[in-house]
Amino acid sequence: MRTPGELLRDWLQRRISSDDYGWLEGQLEKLAGGSERDLVITLGLIPRRLGKADLSLSAEELEQAEAARSGWDPSQWTVDTAARVLALLSLQIDEAAFERQFAEFCRTADAPEAIAVFSGLPLYPAAAKLQPHAAEALRGNIRAVFEAVAHRNPYPREQFDEDRWNQMVLKALFIGSTLHPIQGIDERANPVLARIMCDYAHERWAAGRAITPEIWRNVGPFAEGDMLEDLRRVAGSPDPREREAAALALSANTSAEAKRILETLGPELNRIQAGETGWEDVVRQLDPEEAQT
Amino acid sequence: MFIDPHAHMISRTTDDYEAMAASGVVAVIEPAFWLGQPRTYVGSYIDYLSHIIGFERFRAGQFGIRHYCTVGLNSKEANNEELAEGVMEILPRFALKEAVVAIGEIGYDEQTELEDKYFRLQLELAKELDLPVMIHTPHRDKKRGTSRSMDVCIEHGLDPGRVVVDHNNEETVREVLDRGFWAAFSIYPSTKMGNARMVEILRQYGAERIIVDSACDWGISEPLGVAKTAQLALERGIPEEQVRLVCYQNALDAYGQSGQMKESDWLDPPAIDQRTLYEGNSILRGGREARIEDSSARSMEKLIIE
Repeated sequence: MRTPGELLRDWLQRRISSDDYGWLEGQLEKLAGGSERDLVITLGLIPRRLGKADLSLSAEELEQAEAARSGWDPSQWTVDTAARVLALLSLQIDEAAFERQFAEFCRTADAPEAIAVFSGLPLYPAAAKLQPHAAEALRGNIRAVFEAVAHRNPYPREQFDEDRWNQMVLKALFIGSTLHPIQGIDERANPVLARIMCDYAHERWAAGRAITPEIWRNVGPFAEGDMLEDLRRVAGSPDPREREAAALALSANTSAEAKRILETLGPELNRIQAGETGWEDVVRQLDPEEAQT
Repeated sequence: MFIDPHAHMISRTTDDYEAMAASGVVAVIEPAFWLGQPRTYVGSYIDYLSHIIGFERFRAGQFGIRHYCTVGLNSKEANNEELAEGVMEILPRFALKEAVVAIGEIGYDEQTELEDKYFRLQLELAKELDLPVMIHTPHRDKKRGTSRSMDVCIEHGLDPGRVVVDHNNEETVREVLDRGFWAAFSIYPSTKMGNARMVEILRQYGAERIIVDSACDWGISEPLGVAKTAQLALERGIPEEQVRLVCYQNALDAYGQSGQMKESDWLDPPAIDQRTLYEGNSILRGGREARIEDSSARSMEKLIIE
Protein backbone atom coordinates (compact mmCIF):
# COMPACT_ATOMS: atom_id res chain seq x y z
CA MET A 1 0.00 0.00 0.00
CA ARG A 2 1.26 3.46 -0.86
CA THR A 3 1.84 6.21 1.68
CA PRO A 4 0.03 9.57 1.50
CA GLY A 5 3.30 11.17 0.35
CA GLU A 6 3.63 8.72 -2.53
CA LEU A 7 0.02 9.29 -3.53
CA LEU A 8 0.46 13.08 -3.52
CA ARG A 9 3.50 12.75 -5.78
CA ASP A 10 1.59 10.46 -8.10
CA TRP A 11 -1.47 12.73 -8.30
CA LEU A 12 0.62 15.83 -8.88
CA GLN A 13 2.74 14.17 -11.54
CA ARG A 14 -0.42 13.39 -13.52
CA ARG A 15 -1.62 16.98 -13.32
CA ILE A 16 1.36 19.28 -13.82
CA SER A 17 3.96 19.50 -16.58
CA SER A 18 7.08 17.37 -16.30
CA ASP A 19 9.13 20.59 -16.04
CA ASP A 20 7.11 21.76 -13.07
CA TYR A 21 7.19 18.34 -11.49
CA GLY A 22 10.97 18.27 -11.90
CA TRP A 23 11.15 21.66 -10.17
CA LEU A 24 9.02 20.37 -7.30
CA GLU A 25 11.20 17.26 -6.89
CA GLY A 26 14.29 19.48 -6.72
CA GLN A 27 12.70 21.63 -4.00
CA LEU A 28 11.61 18.59 -2.01
CA GLU A 29 15.15 17.22 -2.03
CA LYS A 30 16.39 20.52 -0.60
CA LEU A 31 13.81 20.32 2.18
CA ALA A 32 15.22 17.07 3.46
CA GLY A 33 18.00 19.26 4.90
CA GLY A 34 15.46 20.84 7.24
CA SER A 35 16.27 24.52 6.58
CA GLU A 36 13.43 26.81 7.56
CA ARG A 37 14.32 29.29 4.86
CA ASP A 38 14.10 26.60 2.16
CA LEU A 39 10.73 25.57 3.50
CA VAL A 40 9.27 29.08 3.53
CA ILE A 41 10.52 29.83 0.02
CA THR A 42 9.30 26.51 -1.36
CA LEU A 43 5.85 26.95 0.16
CA GLY A 44 5.72 30.49 -1.20
CA LEU A 45 6.78 29.55 -4.71
CA ILE A 46 4.47 26.55 -5.10
CA PRO A 47 1.33 28.38 -6.33
CA ARG A 48 3.42 30.73 -8.47
CA ARG A 49 5.00 27.79 -10.19
CA LEU A 50 2.25 25.15 -10.14
CA GLY A 51 -0.97 27.22 -10.04
CA LYS A 52 -3.96 26.56 -7.84
CA ALA A 53 -6.33 24.57 -10.00
CA ASP A 54 -8.61 22.04 -8.34
CA LEU A 55 -6.95 18.65 -8.00
CA SER A 56 -10.26 17.00 -9.02
CA LEU A 57 -9.33 13.51 -7.85
CA SER A 58 -11.11 10.54 -9.41
CA ALA A 59 -13.21 8.13 -7.36
CA GLU A 60 -10.36 5.64 -7.60
CA GLU A 61 -7.83 8.16 -6.31
CA LEU A 62 -10.10 9.05 -3.40
CA GLU A 63 -10.27 5.35 -2.55
CA GLN A 64 -6.47 5.25 -2.56
CA ALA A 65 -6.49 8.14 -0.10
CA GLU A 66 -8.89 6.38 2.23
CA ALA A 67 -6.81 3.20 2.04
CA ALA A 68 -3.58 5.06 2.79
CA ARG A 69 -5.01 6.95 5.75
CA SER A 70 -8.46 6.26 7.14
CA GLY A 71 -10.68 9.35 6.91
CA TRP A 72 -8.33 11.31 4.66
CA ASP A 73 -10.59 13.19 2.23
CA PRO A 74 -8.70 15.33 -0.31
CA SER A 75 -11.76 15.70 -2.57
CA GLN A 76 -11.63 19.52 -2.32
CA TRP A 77 -7.86 19.89 -2.50
CA THR A 78 -6.10 22.06 -5.04
CA VAL A 79 -2.73 21.52 -6.72
CA ASP A 80 -1.00 24.04 -4.44
CA THR A 81 -2.52 22.48 -1.31
CA ALA A 82 -1.31 19.04 -2.35
CA ALA A 83 2.20 20.27 -3.13
CA ARG A 84 2.44 22.24 0.12
CA VAL A 85 1.36 19.29 2.22
CA LEU A 86 3.82 17.13 0.33
CA ALA A 87 6.55 19.65 1.15
CA LEU A 88 5.76 19.43 4.86
CA LEU A 89 5.77 15.64 4.66
CA SER A 90 9.20 15.78 3.03
CA LEU A 91 10.88 17.35 6.05
CA GLN A 92 13.25 14.77 7.47
CA ILE A 93 13.10 16.01 11.05
CA ASP A 94 11.96 14.66 14.39
CA GLU A 95 8.56 15.36 15.90
CA ALA A 96 9.67 18.21 18.14
CA ALA A 97 11.42 19.98 15.26
CA PHE A 98 8.37 19.43 13.05
CA GLU A 99 6.13 21.04 15.64
CA ARG A 100 8.48 24.03 15.87
CA GLN A 101 8.60 24.56 12.12
CA PHE A 102 4.87 24.06 11.84
CA ALA A 103 4.26 26.69 14.52
CA GLU A 104 6.64 29.15 12.93
CA PHE A 105 5.07 28.69 9.54
CA CYS A 106 1.51 29.09 10.86
CA ARG A 107 2.53 32.43 12.35
CA THR A 108 3.10 34.00 8.95
CA ALA A 109 0.95 31.86 6.64
CA ASP A 110 -1.34 33.59 4.16
CA ALA A 111 -4.86 32.21 3.78
CA PRO A 112 -4.17 29.64 1.02
CA GLU A 113 -1.11 28.47 2.94
CA ALA A 114 -3.15 28.10 6.09
CA ILE A 115 -5.83 26.18 4.20
CA ALA A 116 -3.14 23.84 2.90
CA VAL A 117 -1.28 23.18 6.13
CA PHE A 118 -4.45 22.55 8.11
CA SER A 119 -5.98 20.34 5.41
CA GLY A 120 -2.90 18.16 5.88
CA LEU A 121 -3.38 17.72 9.65
CA PRO A 122 -4.25 14.01 9.46
CA LEU A 123 -0.99 13.25 7.66
CA TYR A 124 1.70 14.81 9.86
CA PRO A 125 3.86 13.33 12.57
CA ALA A 126 3.24 14.57 16.12
CA ALA A 127 -0.51 14.83 15.56
CA ALA A 128 -1.34 15.50 19.21
CA LYS A 129 1.31 18.23 19.52
CA LEU A 130 -0.30 20.21 16.69
CA GLN A 131 -3.60 20.61 18.52
CA PRO A 132 -2.98 24.14 19.81
CA HIS A 133 -2.35 25.29 16.23
CA ALA A 134 -5.51 23.61 14.98
CA ALA A 135 -7.43 25.34 17.77
CA GLU A 136 -5.90 28.67 16.79
CA ALA A 137 -7.07 28.20 13.20
CA LEU A 138 -10.60 27.60 14.50
CA ARG A 139 -10.46 30.84 16.49
CA GLY A 140 -9.71 32.88 13.38
CA ASN A 141 -12.15 34.81 11.27
CA ILE A 142 -11.43 33.38 7.86
CA ARG A 143 -14.09 30.80 7.18
CA ALA A 144 -12.09 28.82 4.63
CA VAL A 145 -9.27 28.33 7.14
CA PHE A 146 -11.76 27.24 9.80
CA GLU A 147 -13.23 24.75 7.34
CA ALA A 148 -9.78 23.39 6.44
CA VAL A 149 -9.68 22.05 9.99
CA ALA A 150 -13.35 21.31 10.54
CA HIS A 151 -14.53 19.87 7.23
CA ARG A 152 -13.60 16.60 5.53
CA ASN A 153 -10.85 16.11 8.06
CA PRO A 154 -10.55 13.21 10.52
CA TYR A 155 -8.21 15.19 12.79
CA PRO A 156 -10.81 16.88 15.05
CA ARG A 157 -12.74 13.66 15.58
CA GLU A 158 -9.55 11.87 16.58
CA GLN A 159 -7.80 14.57 18.60
CA PHE A 160 -10.22 17.06 20.12
CA ASP A 161 -11.60 16.69 23.62
CA GLU A 162 -15.29 17.35 24.15
CA ASP A 163 -14.97 21.07 24.94
CA ARG A 164 -12.93 21.81 21.85
CA TRP A 165 -15.18 19.64 19.72
CA ASN A 166 -18.30 21.42 20.95
CA GLN A 167 -16.76 24.85 20.35
CA MET A 168 -15.90 23.85 16.80
CA VAL A 169 -19.40 22.61 16.00
CA LEU A 170 -21.08 25.65 17.52
CA LYS A 171 -18.73 28.03 15.74
CA ALA A 172 -19.44 26.30 12.43
CA LEU A 173 -23.07 27.37 12.77
CA PHE A 174 -22.09 30.78 14.08
CA ILE A 175 -20.05 31.66 10.98
CA GLY A 176 -22.64 30.34 8.53
CA SER A 177 -20.74 27.16 7.81
CA THR A 178 -22.23 23.67 7.67
CA LEU A 179 -22.13 20.58 9.86
CA HIS A 180 -22.53 17.69 7.44
CA PRO A 181 -18.92 17.81 6.15
CA ILE A 182 -17.62 17.44 9.73
CA GLN A 183 -16.33 13.91 10.14
CA GLY A 184 -17.75 12.20 13.22
CA ILE A 185 -20.55 14.75 13.63
CA ASP A 186 -22.99 12.07 14.84
CA GLU A 187 -20.52 9.82 16.68
CA ARG A 188 -19.19 12.70 18.77
CA ALA A 189 -22.57 14.26 19.57
CA ASN A 190 -23.03 14.62 23.32
CA PRO A 191 -25.60 15.93 25.83
CA VAL A 192 -23.62 19.13 26.52
CA LEU A 193 -23.55 19.99 22.84
CA ALA A 194 -27.28 19.23 22.53
CA ARG A 195 -27.98 21.75 25.30
CA ILE A 196 -25.67 24.37 23.71
CA MET A 197 -27.49 23.95 20.41
CA CYS A 198 -30.91 24.43 21.97
CA ASP A 199 -29.73 27.54 23.82
CA TYR A 200 -28.36 28.91 20.58
CA ALA A 201 -31.65 28.19 18.82
CA HIS A 202 -33.50 30.15 21.51
CA GLU A 203 -31.13 33.09 21.06
CA ARG A 204 -31.81 33.08 17.35
CA TRP A 205 -35.55 32.80 17.85
CA ALA A 206 -35.49 35.68 20.34
CA ALA A 207 -33.64 37.83 17.80
CA GLY A 208 -36.00 36.87 14.99
CA ARG A 209 -33.13 35.40 12.98
CA ALA A 210 -33.15 32.31 10.78
CA ILE A 211 -31.74 29.01 12.06
CA THR A 212 -30.11 26.42 9.89
CA PRO A 213 -32.10 23.17 10.19
CA GLU A 214 -28.79 21.38 10.75
CA ILE A 215 -28.76 22.72 14.29
CA TRP A 216 -31.16 19.94 15.35
CA ARG A 217 -28.82 17.16 14.25
CA ASN A 218 -26.89 17.00 17.52
CA VAL A 219 -30.01 17.69 19.59
CA GLY A 220 -31.98 14.65 18.39
CA PRO A 221 -30.28 11.79 20.26
CA PHE A 222 -30.16 13.61 23.60
CA ALA A 223 -33.38 15.61 23.59
CA GLU A 224 -35.55 15.36 26.66
CA GLY A 225 -38.00 17.66 28.44
CA ASP A 226 -37.83 21.21 27.10
CA MET A 227 -35.52 20.13 24.30
CA LEU A 228 -38.23 17.85 22.98
CA GLU A 229 -40.57 20.82 23.17
CA ASP A 230 -38.14 22.69 20.91
CA LEU A 231 -38.28 19.83 18.43
CA ARG A 232 -42.08 19.83 18.65
CA ARG A 233 -42.01 23.51 17.72
CA VAL A 234 -39.74 22.79 14.73
CA ALA A 235 -41.97 19.87 13.70
CA GLY A 236 -44.84 22.34 13.40
CA SER A 237 -42.86 24.76 11.23
CA PRO A 238 -44.40 25.91 7.95
CA ASP A 239 -40.93 25.43 6.38
CA PRO A 240 -40.64 21.89 4.91
CA ARG A 241 -36.86 21.90 5.49
CA GLU A 242 -37.35 22.50 9.18
CA ARG A 243 -39.98 19.74 9.41
CA GLU A 244 -37.57 17.35 7.68
CA ALA A 245 -34.83 18.33 10.09
CA ALA A 246 -37.21 17.70 13.01
CA ALA A 247 -38.08 14.30 11.58
CA LEU A 248 -34.40 13.42 11.16
CA ALA A 249 -33.59 14.56 14.69
CA LEU A 250 -36.54 12.79 16.29
CA SER A 251 -35.69 9.58 14.43
CA ALA A 252 -32.46 9.48 16.41
CA ASN A 253 -34.30 9.71 19.72
CA THR A 254 -35.60 6.59 21.44
CA SER A 255 -38.11 8.16 23.84
CA ALA A 256 -41.83 7.55 23.60
CA GLU A 257 -42.47 11.30 23.45
CA ALA A 258 -40.18 11.61 20.43
CA LYS A 259 -42.13 8.82 18.71
CA ARG A 260 -45.38 10.65 19.39
CA ILE A 261 -44.11 13.90 17.83
CA LEU A 262 -42.73 11.94 14.91
CA GLU A 263 -46.20 10.59 14.20
CA THR A 264 -47.22 14.11 13.16
CA LEU A 265 -44.52 14.04 10.49
CA GLY A 266 -45.75 11.22 8.25
CA PRO A 267 -44.71 12.58 4.84
CA GLU A 268 -41.29 13.70 6.12
CA LEU A 269 -40.68 10.33 7.74
CA ASN A 270 -41.62 8.53 4.55
CA ARG A 271 -39.07 10.57 2.61
CA ILE A 272 -36.37 9.74 5.15
CA GLN A 273 -37.18 6.02 5.15
CA ALA A 274 -37.23 5.97 1.34
CA GLY A 275 -33.72 7.48 1.41
CA GLU A 276 -34.97 10.59 -0.37
CA THR A 277 -33.72 13.03 2.20
CA GLY A 278 -30.96 13.23 4.81
CA TRP A 279 -29.06 15.89 6.75
CA GLU A 280 -27.08 16.89 3.65
CA ASP A 281 -30.28 17.58 1.75
CA VAL A 282 -31.68 19.75 4.50
CA VAL A 283 -28.64 22.00 4.06
CA ARG A 284 -28.64 21.87 0.32
CA GLN A 285 -32.23 23.05 0.27
CA LEU A 286 -31.35 25.86 2.62
CA ASP A 287 -28.59 27.32 0.54
CA PRO A 288 -27.17 25.61 -2.54
CA GLU A 289 -23.94 27.62 -2.48
CA GLU A 290 -23.24 26.85 1.14
CA ALA A 291 -23.67 23.14 0.76
CA GLN A 292 -20.82 23.06 -1.76
CA THR A 293 -18.20 24.76 0.33
CA MET B 1 -14.17 49.26 -13.40
CA PHE B 2 -11.54 50.93 -11.26
CA ILE B 3 -8.43 49.86 -9.39
CA ASP B 4 -7.27 51.82 -6.37
CA PRO B 5 -3.57 50.93 -6.33
CA HIS B 6 -2.80 52.63 -3.01
CA ALA B 7 -5.32 52.20 -0.21
CA HIS B 8 -4.63 51.41 3.44
CA MET B 9 -7.78 49.42 3.99
CA ILE B 10 -6.65 48.17 7.39
CA SER B 11 -7.51 51.70 8.59
CA ARG B 12 -10.89 51.88 6.85
CA THR B 13 -14.39 50.80 7.77
CA THR B 14 -16.82 48.42 6.13
CA ASP B 15 -18.78 51.48 4.94
CA ASP B 16 -15.76 52.41 2.86
CA TYR B 17 -15.53 48.95 1.34
CA GLU B 18 -19.21 49.08 0.46
CA ALA B 19 -18.90 52.53 -1.06
CA MET B 20 -15.80 51.59 -3.04
CA ALA B 21 -17.42 48.45 -4.41
CA ALA B 22 -20.53 50.44 -5.32
CA SER B 23 -18.41 53.06 -7.10
CA GLY B 24 -16.90 50.37 -9.34
CA VAL B 25 -13.62 49.55 -7.58
CA VAL B 26 -12.77 45.90 -8.33
CA ALA B 27 -9.27 45.74 -6.80
CA VAL B 28 -7.15 47.57 -4.25
CA ILE B 29 -3.46 47.45 -3.44
CA GLU B 30 -2.58 47.85 0.22
CA PRO B 31 1.00 49.03 0.69
CA ALA B 32 2.69 48.24 3.99
CA PHE B 33 3.05 51.60 5.74
CA TRP B 34 3.36 53.62 8.91
CA LEU B 35 0.40 53.14 11.23
CA GLY B 36 0.24 56.69 12.59
CA GLN B 37 2.58 55.83 15.41
CA PRO B 38 5.75 53.76 15.30
CA ARG B 39 5.97 50.03 15.82
CA THR B 40 8.75 49.30 18.28
CA TYR B 41 9.04 45.52 18.06
CA VAL B 42 9.66 43.41 14.99
CA GLY B 43 6.84 41.17 16.24
CA SER B 44 4.36 44.00 15.67
CA TYR B 45 5.62 44.20 12.11
CA ILE B 46 5.21 40.47 11.58
CA ASP B 47 1.62 40.57 12.80
CA TYR B 48 0.89 43.67 10.72
CA LEU B 49 2.18 42.05 7.53
CA SER B 50 0.31 38.85 8.38
CA HIS B 51 -2.82 40.93 8.83
CA ILE B 52 -2.67 42.67 5.45
CA ILE B 53 -1.86 39.47 3.54
CA GLY B 54 -4.44 37.53 5.57
CA PHE B 55 -7.52 38.91 7.21
CA GLU B 56 -7.61 42.21 5.32
CA ARG B 57 -7.52 40.31 2.05
CA PHE B 58 -10.38 38.12 3.21
CA ARG B 59 -12.32 41.15 4.44
CA ALA B 60 -12.02 42.89 1.06
CA GLY B 61 -13.19 39.71 -0.66
CA GLN B 62 -16.40 39.79 1.35
CA PHE B 63 -17.23 43.09 -0.33
CA GLY B 64 -16.37 41.80 -3.79
CA ILE B 65 -13.05 43.65 -3.92
CA ARG B 66 -9.81 41.88 -4.80
CA HIS B 67 -7.03 42.80 -2.41
CA TYR B 68 -3.29 42.92 -3.13
CA CYS B 69 -0.36 44.10 -1.03
CA THR B 70 3.08 45.50 -1.16
CA VAL B 71 5.47 44.66 1.67
CA GLY B 72 8.37 46.74 2.90
CA LEU B 73 9.94 48.73 5.68
CA ASN B 74 8.67 52.32 5.50
CA SER B 75 11.07 55.20 5.66
CA LYS B 76 10.05 56.57 9.08
CA GLU B 77 10.63 53.25 10.82
CA ALA B 78 13.90 52.72 8.95
CA ASN B 79 15.30 55.20 11.46
CA ASN B 80 14.91 52.66 14.28
CA GLU B 81 17.93 50.55 13.45
CA GLU B 82 17.12 47.61 15.68
CA LEU B 83 13.61 47.38 14.29
CA ALA B 84 14.85 47.88 10.74
CA GLU B 85 17.33 45.02 11.00
CA GLY B 86 14.62 42.74 12.31
CA VAL B 87 12.20 43.71 9.55
CA MET B 88 14.81 43.16 6.84
CA GLU B 89 15.30 39.66 8.19
CA ILE B 90 11.61 38.73 8.00
CA LEU B 91 10.69 40.55 4.75
CA PRO B 92 11.75 37.73 2.39
CA ARG B 93 9.26 35.40 4.02
CA PHE B 94 6.41 37.81 3.23
CA ALA B 95 7.52 38.93 -0.21
CA LEU B 96 6.45 35.65 -1.83
CA LYS B 97 3.00 35.48 -0.27
CA GLU B 98 -0.01 35.30 -2.53
CA ALA B 99 -1.03 38.66 -4.01
CA VAL B 100 2.12 40.52 -3.00
CA VAL B 101 2.67 42.71 -6.05
CA ALA B 102 5.67 44.84 -5.08
CA ILE B 103 8.19 45.85 -2.46
CA GLY B 104 6.82 49.08 -1.00
CA GLU B 105 6.07 51.64 0.01
CA ILE B 106 9.72 52.44 0.49
CA GLY B 107 11.85 55.54 0.01
CA TYR B 108 12.63 58.65 2.02
CA ASP B 109 11.00 60.64 4.80
CA GLU B 110 13.70 62.91 6.26
CA GLN B 111 16.33 61.50 3.88
CA THR B 112 18.57 60.29 6.70
CA GLU B 113 21.48 57.89 6.31
CA LEU B 114 19.52 55.02 7.81
CA GLU B 115 16.59 55.67 5.46
CA ASP B 116 19.03 55.57 2.58
CA LYS B 117 20.60 52.33 3.78
CA TYR B 118 17.34 50.41 4.10
CA PHE B 119 15.90 51.87 0.90
CA ARG B 120 18.88 50.48 -0.98
CA LEU B 121 18.73 47.09 0.76
CA GLN B 122 15.07 46.79 -0.19
CA LEU B 123 15.75 47.71 -3.81
CA GLU B 124 18.24 44.85 -3.86
CA LEU B 125 15.62 42.53 -2.37
CA ALA B 126 13.12 43.57 -5.07
CA LYS B 127 15.72 42.77 -7.72
CA GLU B 128 16.53 39.41 -6.17
CA LEU B 129 12.86 38.42 -5.98
CA ASP B 130 11.97 39.99 -9.34
CA LEU B 131 9.28 42.21 -7.82
CA PRO B 132 8.17 45.71 -8.86
CA VAL B 133 8.77 48.60 -6.44
CA MET B 134 6.40 51.21 -5.03
CA ILE B 135 8.16 54.39 -3.94
CA HIS B 136 6.81 56.77 -1.34
CA THR B 137 8.18 60.23 -2.05
CA PRO B 138 8.73 62.49 0.95
CA HIS B 139 6.24 65.13 2.07
CA ARG B 140 9.03 67.60 2.86
CA ASP B 141 11.82 68.53 0.47
CA LYS B 142 9.75 66.58 -2.02
CA LYS B 143 11.35 67.58 -5.28
CA ARG B 144 14.89 66.67 -4.26
CA GLY B 145 13.69 63.54 -2.48
CA THR B 146 11.89 62.36 -5.60
CA SER B 147 14.89 62.91 -7.86
CA ARG B 148 17.14 61.19 -5.37
CA SER B 149 14.79 58.17 -5.11
CA MET B 150 14.99 57.68 -8.85
CA ASP B 151 18.78 58.22 -8.90
CA VAL B 152 19.20 55.44 -6.35
CA CYS B 153 16.92 53.09 -8.30
CA ILE B 154 19.00 53.62 -11.42
CA GLU B 155 22.22 53.23 -9.46
CA HIS B 156 20.98 49.82 -8.26
CA GLY B 157 20.13 48.76 -11.78
CA LEU B 158 16.35 48.76 -11.50
CA ASP B 159 14.28 49.04 -14.66
CA PRO B 160 12.20 52.27 -14.34
CA GLY B 161 9.35 50.38 -16.02
CA ARG B 162 9.09 48.27 -12.88
CA VAL B 163 9.10 51.18 -10.42
CA VAL B 164 6.05 53.27 -9.46
CA VAL B 165 6.90 56.66 -7.95
CA ASP B 166 3.92 57.70 -5.85
CA HIS B 167 2.55 60.94 -4.33
CA ASN B 168 3.58 63.08 -7.29
CA ASN B 169 2.48 66.66 -7.86
CA GLU B 170 2.82 69.33 -10.55
CA GLU B 171 6.44 69.90 -9.56
CA THR B 172 7.66 66.31 -9.79
CA VAL B 173 5.65 64.73 -12.59
CA ARG B 174 7.71 65.80 -15.59
CA GLU B 175 11.00 64.39 -14.37
CA VAL B 176 9.39 61.10 -13.31
CA LEU B 177 7.77 60.60 -16.71
CA ASP B 178 10.85 61.77 -18.64
CA ARG B 179 12.99 59.20 -16.83
CA GLY B 180 10.62 56.36 -17.73
CA PHE B 181 9.14 55.65 -14.29
CA TRP B 182 5.43 55.20 -13.57
CA ALA B 183 4.03 58.38 -12.00
CA ALA B 184 1.29 57.82 -9.42
CA PHE B 185 -0.83 60.56 -7.86
CA SER B 186 -2.59 60.26 -4.53
CA ILE B 187 -5.90 62.11 -4.52
CA TYR B 188 -5.71 63.02 -0.85
CA PRO B 189 -7.43 66.14 0.47
CA SER B 190 -5.35 69.04 1.82
CA THR B 191 -1.89 67.44 1.75
CA LYS B 192 -1.34 65.71 -1.60
CA MET B 193 -3.35 66.10 -4.84
CA GLY B 194 -6.85 67.40 -5.43
CA ASN B 195 -8.82 65.85 -8.27
CA ALA B 196 -9.42 69.11 -10.15
CA ARG B 197 -5.65 69.60 -10.27
CA MET B 198 -5.32 65.97 -11.34
CA VAL B 199 -7.60 66.57 -14.31
CA GLU B 200 -5.38 69.42 -15.43
CA ILE B 201 -2.32 67.17 -15.19
CA LEU B 202 -4.08 64.59 -17.36
CA ARG B 203 -4.91 67.33 -19.86
CA GLN B 204 -1.28 68.39 -19.99
CA TYR B 205 0.54 65.05 -19.86
CA GLY B 206 -1.95 62.54 -21.25
CA ALA B 207 -2.38 59.11 -19.71
CA GLU B 208 0.81 57.25 -20.48
CA ARG B 209 2.40 55.80 -17.30
CA ILE B 210 0.16 57.93 -15.06
CA ILE B 211 -1.71 56.22 -12.21
CA VAL B 212 -4.39 57.64 -9.91
CA ASP B 213 -4.85 56.35 -6.35
CA SER B 214 -6.53 57.49 -3.14
CA ALA B 215 -3.85 56.63 -0.54
CA CYS B 216 -6.78 56.59 1.89
CA ASP B 217 -5.63 55.73 5.41
CA TRP B 218 -6.26 56.75 9.04
CA GLY B 219 -6.28 60.44 8.15
CA ILE B 220 -9.07 62.49 6.59
CA SER B 221 -8.91 60.93 3.19
CA GLU B 222 -11.19 59.77 0.40
CA PRO B 223 -11.67 56.07 -0.46
CA LEU B 224 -13.65 57.17 -3.51
CA GLY B 225 -10.70 59.22 -4.76
CA VAL B 226 -10.23 57.14 -7.91
CA ALA B 227 -13.92 56.96 -8.84
CA LYS B 228 -14.48 60.68 -8.19
CA THR B 229 -11.41 61.65 -10.20
CA ALA B 230 -12.61 59.47 -13.09
CA GLN B 231 -16.03 61.10 -13.06
CA LEU B 232 -14.62 64.61 -12.83
CA ALA B 233 -12.16 63.92 -15.65
CA LEU B 234 -14.95 62.68 -17.92
CA GLU B 235 -17.13 65.68 -17.06
CA ARG B 236 -14.24 67.99 -17.93
CA GLY B 237 -13.62 66.43 -21.30
CA ILE B 238 -10.76 63.97 -20.76
CA PRO B 239 -11.24 61.13 -23.27
CA GLU B 240 -12.75 57.96 -21.82
CA GLU B 241 -9.82 55.81 -22.90
CA GLN B 242 -7.39 58.04 -21.01
CA VAL B 243 -9.52 57.83 -17.89
CA ARG B 244 -9.58 54.04 -18.20
CA LEU B 245 -5.79 53.97 -18.43
CA VAL B 246 -5.07 56.12 -15.38
CA CYS B 247 -7.83 54.70 -13.16
CA TYR B 248 -7.51 51.04 -14.11
CA GLN B 249 -5.23 49.70 -16.82
CA ASN B 250 -1.92 51.37 -15.95
CA ALA B 251 -1.99 50.11 -12.37
CA LEU B 252 -2.75 46.64 -13.66
CA ASP B 253 0.12 46.83 -16.17
CA ALA B 254 2.61 48.17 -13.61
CA TYR B 255 1.84 45.82 -10.73
CA GLY B 256 0.81 42.93 -12.98
CA GLN B 257 4.54 42.59 -13.71
CA SER B 258 4.71 40.74 -10.39
CA GLY B 259 2.71 37.89 -11.93
CA GLN B 260 0.40 38.18 -8.92
CA MET B 261 -2.32 40.44 -10.33
CA LYS B 262 -4.40 39.56 -13.37
CA GLU B 263 -7.70 40.87 -14.74
CA SER B 264 -9.05 37.33 -14.59
CA ASP B 265 -8.70 37.50 -10.78
CA TRP B 266 -11.93 39.50 -10.70
CA LEU B 267 -13.48 38.72 -14.09
CA ASP B 268 -13.00 34.95 -13.93
CA PRO B 269 -11.63 33.98 -10.51
CA PRO B 270 -10.20 30.50 -9.91
CA ALA B 271 -12.68 27.98 -8.50
CA ILE B 272 -10.86 27.73 -5.19
CA ASP B 273 -11.03 31.50 -4.66
CA GLN B 274 -14.75 31.55 -5.37
CA ARG B 275 -15.23 28.86 -2.75
CA THR B 276 -13.08 30.50 -0.12
CA LEU B 277 -11.80 34.05 -0.37
CA TYR B 278 -13.77 36.09 -2.86
CA GLU B 279 -17.48 36.71 -2.92
CA GLY B 280 -17.49 38.33 -6.35
CA ASN B 281 -18.21 41.93 -7.20
CA SER B 282 -21.90 42.81 -7.30
CA ILE B 283 -21.37 45.14 -10.24
CA LEU B 284 -19.53 42.48 -12.25
CA ARG B 285 -22.32 40.05 -11.39
CA GLY B 286 -24.75 42.54 -12.92
CA GLY B 287 -26.08 43.48 -9.51
CA ARG B 288 -26.30 47.22 -9.87
CA GLU B 289 -24.91 50.26 -11.60
CA ALA B 290 -21.69 51.79 -10.32
CA ARG B 291 -22.36 54.87 -8.22
CA ILE B 292 -20.49 57.09 -5.82
CA GLU B 293 -23.32 58.66 -3.80
CA ASP B 294 -23.98 55.45 -1.91
CA SER B 295 -23.17 56.41 1.67
CA SER B 296 -26.57 55.91 3.23
CA ALA B 297 -25.36 53.41 5.82
CA ARG B 298 -24.07 56.19 8.08
CA SER B 299 -27.11 58.38 7.66
CA MET B 300 -29.55 58.90 10.54
CA GLU B 301 -32.31 58.42 7.96
CA LYS B 302 -31.72 54.69 8.07
CA LEU B 303 -32.95 54.25 11.62
CA ILE B 304 -33.50 50.52 11.99
CA ILE B 305 -30.49 48.38 12.94
CA GLU B 306 -31.02 44.70 12.21
